[in-house]
Amino acid sequence: MLTANIPRRRSPEVEERAHPVPKEAPNLKICCLVKEVPDAAVEKRIDPETKRLDRSGEKNLNPFDTHAIEAAMQVKEGGAPVEEIVAVTMGPDSAVRALHKAVALGADRSVHLTDAALEGSDVAATGYALAKLLEKESPDLVLLGQQSDDGECYTIGAVVADHLKMPSLTQVIKMDVADGKATLERQAEYGYDTVEVELPAVISVGDAINEPRYPSLKAIMGAKKKPLDTHAAGDVGIEPDRVGESGSRTAVLELKPPPAKEAGEIIEDEDTNETVEKIVAWLDERKLI
Amino acid sequence: MPGILVYTLHDDEGNFNKNSLGALSEAARLAGELGTEASALVVGDVADDAVASLGKYGVTKVYRAKSVPEGLAQPIVDAMAKVMSENEISYALFGGGLLGFEIGAGLTARLDAGVTMEVTAVNVKDGKLVAERPILQDSQIADVGYVSEPGIIIGRLNAFDEKEGDGSAEVVDVEVELSEWSTRAKMVKRGEQRGADVNIEDAEILVGGGRGLGQAENFKLAEELADSMGGAVAATRAVVDAGWYPYAAQIGQTGKTVAPKLYLAAGISGAIQHKVGMQNSESILAINKDQNAPIFEFCDLGVVGDLHKIVPKLTEAIKAKKGG
Ligand SMILES: Cc1cc2nc3c(=O)[nH]c(=O)nc-3n(C[C@H](O)[C@H](O)[C@H](O)COP(=O)(O)OP(=O)(O)OC[C@H]3O[C@@H](n4cnc5c(N)ncnc54)[C@H](O)[C@@H]3O)c2cc1C
Ligand SMILES: Nc1ncnc2c1ncn2[C@@H]1O[C@H](COP(=O)(O)O)[C@@H](O)[C@H]1O
Repeated sequence: MLTANIPRRRSPEVEERAHPVPKEAPNLKICCLVKEVPDAAVEKRIDPETKRLDRSGEKNLNPFDTHAIEAAMQVKEGGAPVEEIVAVTMGPDSAVRALHKAVALGADRSVHLTDAALEGSDVAATGYALAKLLEKESPDLVLLGQQSDDGECYTIGAVVADHLKMPSLTQVIKMDVADGKATLERQAEYGYDTVEVELPAVISVGDAINEPRYPSLKAIMGAKKKPLDTHAAGDVGIEPDRVGESGSRTAVLELKPPPAKEAGEIIEDEDTNETVEKIVAWLDERKLI
Repeated sequence: MPGILVYTLHDDEGNFNKNSLGALSEAARLAGELGTEASALVVGDVADDAVASLGKYGVTKVYRAKSVPEGLAQPIVDAMAKVMSENEISYALFGGGLLGFEIGAGLTARLDAGVTMEVTAVNVKDGKLVAERPILQDSQIADVGYVSEPGIIIGRLNAFDEKEGDGSAEVVDVEVELSEWSTRAKMVKRGEQRGADVNIEDAEILVGGGRGLGQAENFKLAEELADSMGGAVAATRAVVDAGWYPYAAQIGQTGKTVAPKLYLAAGISGAIQHKVGMQNSESILAINKDQNAPIFEFCDLGVVGDLHKIVPKLTEAIKAKKGG
């Protein structure tokens, strides 16, 4: 699922589209929520003691979030008056690496919310804390990924939006921003919906929205020099009893293995004629052909 | 009075969503165990008898918010929040889909509630609900409890079966004042069907094509293989979003649910949202070049290899076998 979105390199000649100088100064501020997650190639596991995700091992920028940054870049390059793109995360010290990657992909600066008091926050607590952080930035558009690769909750965007009292849509695969509005498309239960929202808004983008670019070497090298603000929970007015494990509204009571399922047969294709023979025999046995 | 409220989604013709009906039955069962009642919320101007008929699934009351539009989450958050606060309802339950995720998440913020998602089962423990939530690509199941009320439970697609009895529910109309930000999103067009109207639900054999096919044109590989077996072709959301194949052929959370005799997945990773729509197939055969693809965790025969090499030869071999 993660390997498939191989970012396509954009030709370097792509120039910013010529557009009339906006009457007002560039004023759109876009915040992109990003998260550091265990690398897809590493087996994720839960620490049986704390019942939290074991966060040791290789880390990466959540691949779904690269689509949010790319979407922000395309808004900017498409001629909307974007003042700045800010990468925003909540996480331990190590999460600055995700911010550096986000900056390498095009964000102008980043903001890091980190505090021991936030550890063990559930979805409700994380969404609340991110909303408090975003309040300080007062963005016109908040973009985020469709899901975190480790948490797979699909919900942070809508939680954040309601705290910020902003309209919101998730799983968006087409977005046009103009004149203080965003026109959006996404697939829901009955087919594709087209929705218009007034900014400010919180939009989570699906992975079909774009092909994220690769960062240039220069951008990677320069990423650490871009401004980075670090905040503790108290700095942004987070009430301590609403975050962390103790402030969470849910608790993991028990972890158990899924119901046992008989493992299927696996064959490696070495000689395709042989493989095909095996498949045909298997189908034949089940009277499927 | 605690109680459980279920959001009951419907299309533009007023047909209720099967997953919502499953959630009604599940809520009724849980309410029975908790010694309380289950109710439903319907938005839009749905006819009295249609609304009252939800009683068949075991709910005693249906709250109807006539002026609240269907299809976007935030106005429905306004309605759910109002009904839950005024009636001191302890839990909100959603069937699988997409809108339920958005409404449930919004309610979480609005009511300062706890939320669980992708829930496959709900149990009663010490007078409270506990949700079973598979995590880490279904490799473990977490039992999640709520430390305070209200609690929000977002089900996985097809997690709850509808059970029809008889019974009629009392209809209670509610007036809901929308929040300012709920009125700042407008549905321009809802439920647009993209691509041809194909029928995959009646096929006994389905060849599912995913992003591994590489490009739209390569769907002909899947079509030829399906033809050789007298089957039809299905698709993942990834390729439907990309415009490679019609929406009507999509299987999964926001597509169709199927259970053919054979599901042959070609170049499909087996993401949860796809799996939920096809896991009840009698036999599942997967061809994928990545041996770590999740689909290999739940198929009956897994072939690790390049579909571009295997599929054309397989089509020929099946044709030859049938011909001879
Ligand atoms: C709210 C929500 C709703 C969703 N609803 C749905 C839904 O209804 N239906 C659905 O399907 N998805 C749905 N999704 C998306 C889902 O999460 C996956 O992104 C999607 O199913 C992936 O499709 P895929 O398997 O085609 O692509 P990928 O995950 O990209 O997998 C492609 C696979 O092809 C393999 N491959 C590549 N080349 C070859 C080759 N030459 N030979 C063999 N194998 C190859 C790769 O190894 C890979 O495993 C939803 C997601 C969300 C968040
Ligand atoms: N701790 C976090 N910090 C910043 N963004 C986050 C965090 N957790 C989740 N997100 C964002 O929310 C999206 C959805 O995550 P989730 O709801 O956990 O699946 C991710 O793609 C991120 O963009």
